[in-house]
Amino acid sequence: MPQESTPRRERKRTVQQMVLVGVIASAAGIALGLSIHWFPPADSTQADKVDTLWDVLIIATVPVFVLVTVVVLFSVLEFRMRPGEENLDGPPIHGSTRLEVIWTAVPAILIVGLVTYAYIVLHDIEKAPAAGNPERHVAVTGQQFTWSFAYNEGGKKFTSAQLYLPVGESVKFDVGSKDVIHDFWVPDFRMKIDAVPGITTHYRITPKASAIGNHDIVCAELCGLGHAFMRQTAHVLSKPDFDKWVQSKIAKPAATAGGAQPATIDAKKLFTEGNPDTSATACGTCHTLADAGTTATTGPVLDKVLKGKDAAFIKQSILQPSAVIAPGYQDGIMPSNFGDTLSAEQVDALVQYLSKVTNK
Amino acid sequence: MPVALRAPGWWRALAYIVLGIAFCYGLSIGARALFGYDPLLDGESVLRISLIAVPFFFLVGLGCFDYWFYWAAGRPTRPEDHSGHGAYSWKDYFRPNTDHKVIGIQYVVTSFFFLFVGGLLAMLMRAELAAPGRQFVDANTFNGLFSVHASLLIFLFVIPVFAGLANFVLPLMIGAPDMGFPRLNALSYWLLPVAGLMMLLSFAAPGGSFASGWTAYAPLSTSAPLGQEFFTVGVQFAGASSIATALNFLVTIITMRAPGMSFFRLPLLVWANFSTSLLVVIATPFIAASQFFVLLDRGLQFNFFNAGKGGDVLMYQHVFWFYSHPAVYIMMLPSFGIISEILAVKARKPIFGYRMMAFSLLAIVVLGFTVWAHHMFVSGMQPWIRIPMMITTAIIAVPTGIKIFSWLATLWRGVLHLDTPMLFALGFLTMFTCGGISGVMLAMIPLTIHVSDTYFIVAHIHYVLFGGSLFTIFAGVYYWFPKMTGRMYDERLGRLHFWLTFVFFNLTFGPMHIIGVQGMPRRVSDYAQQFATWNLFISISAFILGLSSLIFAYNMIASWRGGPRAVANPWRALTLEWQVSSPPPIFNFDAIPTVVGGPYEYGVPGAVHGVFKGAEVPAPAGTHATTTAE
Repeated sequence: MPQESTPRRERKRTVQQMVLVGVIASAAGIALGLSIHWFPPADSTQADKVDTLWDVLIIATVPVFVLVTVVVLFSVLEFRMRPGEENLDGPPIHGSTRLEVIWTAVPAILIVGLVTYAYIVLHDIEKAPAAGNPERHVAVTGQQFTWSFAYNEGGKKFTSAQLYLPVGESVKFDVGSKDVIHDFWVPDFRMKIDAVPGITTHYRITPKASAIGNHDIVCAELCGLGHAFMRQTAHVLSKPDFDKWVQSKIAKPAATAGGAQPATIDAKKLFTEGNPDTSATACGTCHTLADAGTTATTGPVLDKVLKGKDAAFIKQSILQPSAVIAPGYQDGIMPSNFGDTLSAEQVDALVQYLSKVTNK
Repeated sequence: MPVALRAPGWWRALAYIVLGIAFCYGLSIGARALFGYDPLLDGESVLRISLIAVPFFFLVGLGCFDYWFYWAAGRPTRPEDHSGHGAYSWKDYFRPNTDHKVIGIQYVVTSFFFLFVGGLLAMLMRAELAAPGRQFVDANTFNGLFSVHASLLIFLFVIPVFAGLANFVLPLMIGAPDMGFPRLNALSYWLLPVAGLMMLLSFAAPGGSFASGWTAYAPLSTSAPLGQEFFTVGVQFAGASSIATALNFLVTIITMRAPGMSFFRLPLLVWANFSTSLLVVIATPFIAASQFFVLLDRGLQFNFFNAGKGGDVLMYQHVFWFYSHPAVYIMMLPSFGIISEILAVKARKPIFGYRMMAFSLLAIVVLGFTVWAHHMFVSGMQPWIRIPMMITTAIIAVPTGIKIFSWLATLWRGVLHLDTPMLFALGFLTMFTCGGISGVMLAMIPLTIHVSDTYFIVAHIHYVLFGGSLFTIFAGVYYWFPKMTGRMYDERLGRLHFWLTFVFFNLTFGPMHIIGVQGMPRRVSDYAQQFATWNLFISISAFILGLSSLIFAYNMIASWRGGPRAVANPWRALTLEWQVSSPPPIFNFDAIPTVVGGPYEYGVPGAVHGVFKGAEVPAPAGTHATTTAE
């Protein structure tokens, strides 16, 4: 036998030590995994179930990683080649049917368990509210690079550039797209679905009491130039506030959201920051304008393309971006919803401002 | 005509490229005139035809088709076509060569070139992402950066570098003088630089490079500027190369094994490439189809994916992932082969459970075709499809687990030589486990609904493809470097390279799990303020990770030029490639070996894998009988 003697033999103590280290490391790993603040706020009833699933997965999988790592480390410490062993070989062990059966069966059982649990969670987060409980439908439409939301409240139909939801009521989103694939995602609610041209996709959530306030809406599917900027806000309101909002939308169907306008409109600020209340994209996100100090190149340089143009042209370019396309740029990149997201006064202020600074 | 333009080579290739461009102009103008289009000259149309046609002119000019054309025309074929075998100077690496060892090195060097280009693109991305807001590239360029990064590293690095390593060592391992189809082998290689160059040149296309991700989802890809077609067509060339090589491997493995080399005496690298080749041959035509659909939609308004005209948008994703999920295993199974070789040799022990290792590869091949729609859990497809896909996706962890545990058992009680290849192999074991675990998590639909299209996915794929595939590629390159070049690499630099890569790999991609779950979407040039700290941290780690690869590059180049000469078998390995000189003789073996035992009989007294004619034959493994050579 090429094996000399005890120093190279697997010692019982080694295995015991390894098991001990493995158990401690697993416990520490699980504790660390559970203490990390992984998720954004859990603001839908669905979110709690997803977050619990995550905890279960951490508890189930950390020991697997620890097992592999500990065996590698102990092998390195215990069985590394020492001086004088350059020509030594290990024992010719070719396998062990018993071990192989164990490490096929145990992971299989673990996986069947996890899959079953995941299926139950999936069923829970997708099931409809119990009979008799109301469920609101909101039609969500994605387009490059903005979302719009269509409501049907008691037979009155209206659209909004922002998402408003009452707390505690289930809402089902019917998601569609006008151009390419988008993905409607509110991280605080944990659910997402692609907005696919040609079909309508769905998911439902119920905002929790803690959800009152604002939540980011993020486009999660690459949709072109403005993908990174396709952000809007979901407002979760108390039931009375929501009803008030619905009344205001029904009273003025063409109304612009955003409440009372300040007496004077700072057009330059509007240009660089947009209107977060109505999620009007800032012009400066895509356009270069020397006076406002923006340098983006997604869209045409306004100092050049608006030079010598009159106010009517500028107004048309804001409200109907497809009317005239600057040479070298594509149609359909600029949002065409500024008529909805900006008030008439804001548009006029922008036109005045742009006309002044580009014709200096 | 001067001889230079008539003989195959770069001058003739250049002349043919000019001819090819003229042909494309002619075809475009002619067809437009015929149909009465105005204007007659349309740049896009010429470019589109050129993308498809000019590479063929180039390949014909270079001489990839000479033998077949002579044969088809009934002219005497020139024997020197095949004796373009072996490389006698560096120039021989720049022409079609039929020697699998030359082709192997061509593959490996070319794909490492693209690794460095792709890595550089990643550095540019991390620079842009170091802080929120816009640093120095606009949204269009950024979308192009990550699209080209992924496409190059998948189609021009991971897939071909494995084909390259296997090209070099596989015929040697099975005791064959070359691959089954040496001329097809040369052609497969030369399709690659064509594909890579095309993807890179897309940055010069009007409207910028392709920017719809490596997934090129329709209808974003069907409505994108012309740069998209550099991907659409480039993938066809890379895919054709892949399929031809896989066929070649299958034929070589099935028909060219040395006497006595039964399937269960094959080194596991051969098993791994056998499995991979099956995947490639069956799956790759599907990505070809998906990109032909896109090309027809773009060029000829077929409207496969135009919902307004009866097209089906989700169909693209099904066809695409029917290739691209198996592609993950195409990028993983050869790793498993490399790791098995290195662990057995460096732990001085037989592979634990050899047959289960081989069967688990085949199980992964079969299961690999049943999981594709787990990439589409939030795509809006029929909801019920998700359930069977979740189950198969999780189940595939079982054969993978068998492999991991068998490798661990191989290490146990061995005599571990902890040099550079072994360090990378052990790094692979732990990091790939990490990627595998996040893979099982991603099989769970409710979690995937939240984390799909976030940085969690970016973290997962890099743990699998960087911590998994790239670590084994490094391990394999270090391991076979003496055999391929006849020189030894610098061990100290190798270890430094490992430790820097291992540490900064984790610092780069580990935190991406956290920001992904927190809600940072992937493929964005800008992000919310809350992710700023982690992104800066990731960017700095990524830069150091990038710099550490320069140590590798220096080690390889300097050692190849002036490293100490390597002996035939520096690792005391049993497999056949180590039984011949480093580098091996021109037709590999002066006499074809006879295989008399398993490939990993370390620790078995007097064990031998193959014997050479005329040599004294020691006892086969496991027997005590003495035999003599015939």
